[in-house]
Amino acid sequence: MKIKSIVAGLGLYFICHSSFATTVGFAQVGSESGWRTSFSESVKAEAKKRGIKLKFSDAQQKQENQIKAVRSFIAQGVDAIIIAPVVETGWTPVLKEAKRARIPVVIVDRNVQVQDESLFVTRIASDFVEEGRKAATWLMSQPQAQQQCNIIELQGTVGATAAIERAKGFNQVLAQHPQAKIVRSQTAEFTRAKGKEVMESLLKAEQGGKGICALWAHNDEMALGAIQAIKEAGLKPGKELLVVSVDAVPDYFKAMADGDANATVELNPHLGGPAFDVIEAYLKGKKDTAKLIRTTGDLFLQDTAAAEYEKRRLN
Amino acid sequence: MTNEGVVVDQTHQDQSKADQLKAARQARYSPGQSAHQFSLYLYPLVALALLLLVNLLLDPQFFSLQWQDGRLYGPLIDIVNRSAPVALLAIGMSLVIATGGIDLSVGAVMAICGAVCANLLVLGDWSIPAVIGLAVLTGLACGLVNGFMVSYLGIQPIVATLVLMVAGRGVAQLLNQGQIVTFQNPDFAALGSGSFLALPVPVWLVLLALLMMQLLLRRTALGLFIEAVGCNAKASRYLGIDDRGIKLTVYLLAGGCAALAGIIATADIQGSDANNAGLWLELDAILAVVIGGAALTGGRFSLPRAVIGVLIIQALSTTIVVSGLPSKFNLLIKALVILLVLMLQSELFRNQLKTLFSFGKLRGGKA
Repeated sequence: MKIKSIVAGLGLYFICHSSFATTVGFAQVGSESGWRTSFSESVKAEAKKRGIKLKFSDAQQKQENQIKAVRSFIAQGVDAIIIAPVVETGWTPVLKEAKRARIPVVIVDRNVQVQDESLFVTRIASDFVEEGRKAATWLMSQPQAQQQCNIIELQGTVGATAAIERAKGFNQVLAQHPQAKIVRSQTAEFTRAKGKEVMESLLKAEQGGKGICALWAHNDEMALGAIQAIKEAGLKPGKELLVVSVDAVPDYFKAMADGDANATVELNPHLGGPAFDVIEAYLKGKKDTAKLIRTTGDLFLQDTAAAEYEKRRLN
Repeated sequence: MTNEGVVVDQTHQDQSKADQLKAARQARYSPGQSAHQFSLYLYPLVALALLLLVNLLLDPQFFSLQWQDGRLYGPLIDIVNRSAPVALLAIGMSLVIATGGIDLSVGAVMAICGAVCANLLVLGDWSIPAVIGLAVLTGLACGLVNGFMVSYLGIQPIVATLVLMVAGRGVAQLLNQGQIVTFQNPDFAALGSGSFLALPVPVWLVLLALLMMQLLLRRTALGLFIEAVGCNAKASRYLGIDDRGIKLTVYLLAGGCAALAGIIATADIQGSDANNAGLWLELDAILAVVIGGAALTGGRFSLPRAVIGVLIIQALSTTIVVSGLPSKFNLLIKALVILLVLMLQSELFRNQLKTLFSFGKLRGGKA
């Protein structure tokens, strides 16, 4: 009798203990960029701070790995699941499984396409359109942009949400400034090497870059590549040709500190905080969260670049 | 055989022997040569010239060359310079394909070697030759793995190299710890963006590699052996050619070429991007080899034609960028032009085209 009650007590203790610490499964895309890495780190740090037990899964940019990870989270009976989806489609079955197991799911970063919006609690994402707007607003406030301003645009990967929406936001602002115009626009696939290669060709097609007032790149990596191409063409990036982009990766701060680049809008990697806020509220009974929560980063300029570089490099 | 009526047996035998020898000499395979060699070079060169012409129409300054910072500067130089990594890959790939194999891992090997360079440069005071040497050794080691799997374990080349294609990028990411590793080393960067005697350094590296390989393959029997193994590995073995050794050698050479390409790519952007360095370039290299007229079934190769193939691909990329068309058309245009070039190369297609035209003429004549 005694032994039985001890065993039951111990069992109860373990069950209670495990249910006290919230366990969250996080299915991350992978570690394909510096931004992605700092996003993962930020989520891990935030979980530690809040005493949440985080189960982290790196899908190496493959959806099937993510679906497997989510299924294993469900099997382990986690309290909530965060998914940073690789692609938008194909999520309905596994989200239904999670719903049947009564596990709330929060989507972060990229979107998912599902018919039934009740399959996830909310989606937390960066506002790409706003990033484009911020970049354009800054550029249009510069003295160089008050007269005729020809802009070269380096687009992200064709079809990527970030590329489409950043262009949209930028063009919205540009539409109010008739003196400014995008004269060349071409994809450089979000990579540094392509940014350099494409910029080389575009500069030559534009008479060596004479009469170009700014470069607008959809991410920092392309801008960093393009800066090298601008230098090799004998122009001064950041002075003769303004450089503005989005992401705020450490290397770009170095370029800004050196005066080679002008501005960047931070792509907020701290999506973990809001995600855990939503999960904790949900577990306490708040079920009516808005289906989309937008976060935006700040605009960074040359004046703070050196300090920011030191800060970010150490991380 | 001579047909002179009355001859002494002895002289007849001598005569026939001499004729046999002569016939054998004529029938002897001369490496890299073929009867219709002219047309083999003609069509790729025509395609390249047409592409350059389209560029000239799009941008009147396209052929202009300036002297800037001690080197020639202009769109044509850019095309040659940007072709360098794929040209190196294509040189290695030509040999692998000539043995009837394929190497899908070269892009990943580029990423690994780039990561090795960047990390060595960031970590400590390694001299540039040491960095290059270690990167090339890494490439050779990757080639050794591929070659061993293909020749001694008998794994299908496409499967064996697929292993390294997938795993290699992972290795590069591990080396870089998921980051883009950047370095500040002007001497090493010169390998990618510097210039020597008016031309960019990568162009010299390609020319050097091409020359060395061509000498190695066509001035020794190695090229012939490679083609023999590609035609029929078993028959070659019965002839006493070490077919396994030959296969191992070509994968080694491909690995070495990929290492050089990786060094150039890394030096060019002064950083190693494990995710994107050399991404899909193996496919560009295979395409270039095919444009160069090599058969994927093996048995023949030509390094200069493969390099022309690379120039076509790169000129096409430049055309697309300069054309100002929306980016979403890029891949479609590329596919269509490549299809056209490949069809032009096909003798069957050209003959069909000819009959089509002569048919038109015939009808025109009757009407």
